[in-house]
Amino acid sequence: MADDRRVRLTRAIDFSSSLRYRNPELSDEENDARFGPSARQHGHNYRLEVTVEGIPDPATGMVIDLKDLKQVLEREIMARFDHRDLNRDTSWFEKHPPTPEHVALVIHGLLRESLGELLHGVRLRQDDDLWVEVTGSGESEP
Amino acid sequence: MIAVTRRYRFPAAHVLRSDRFSAAENERVYGKCANPGGHGHDYGLEITLTGPLDPDTGAIMPVAQLDALVRERVLDRLGHRLLNEDPWFQEAVPTAENIALAVHRELSEALAGRSAARVLRVRLQETRRNAFECGSET
Repeated sequence: MADDRRVRLTRAIDFSSSLRYRNPELSDEENDARFGPSARQHGHNYRLEVTVEGIPDPATGMVIDLKDLKQVLEREIMARFDHRDLNRDTSWFEKHPPTPEHVALVIHGLLRESLGELLHGVRLRQDDDLWVEVTGSGESEP
Repeated sequence: MIAVTRRYRFPAAHVLRSDRFSAAENERVYGKCANPGGHGHDYGLEITLTGPLDPDTGAIMPVAQLDALVRERVLDRLGHRLLNEDPWFQEAVPTAENIALAVHRELSEALAGRSAARVLRVRLQETRRNAFECGSET
């Protein structure tokens, strides 16, 4: 709950991936009609901002050692997504297209498993003009 | 919760003067923004939506659909205009606060009953130094 000793810290990473929006149950024409140019393979330079929150450890003065956070992000996100194809090289986008909403929810789920209650939220920037934020349990409504 | 934000830009002119004030009071309250000839900004406009993900599109609202809505309801209406002439600003002075509130109201009305998405927040960047936000935080 509200606790004025709590601190939030945010670390950013960049990864580049290719992707296409495609529902395997639809024909190529139907996918084009539903998703437009995003139905073709293309790519983005994503920026991911990860915010953790907690009370600084009295001994170290840190909420989390940034070295540890860096390792988690390297293992959970960079190794899986950077210079990969989201459709071919990961298993999360067979049923759902890799919209920024779905990519952010997948990332949020992966980081929640590693960081637990420390994770405050993620902001995934697809470009300067479009981004998605996921906080709390990642439900659609507050 | 999950929220998606899209950023737009529009250039517009305005004059900050209120009929409730005398000429001297307008000068005192609004300073150089009261210049009767007007002045303008390249506004940055961030629209944040929340709602369930549509099972067909995988999005709170497909970006192309949001772009078309914002263009029709806001950008075409306010871009390259003198804001004081717009019906939104006959009673209200076109301050950045009132612009943000008017955009929030307009888009909320446009979505109500027609979309599962709703406007969570509007952020209006008037200059590099000043930004105005209304609605809820994520």
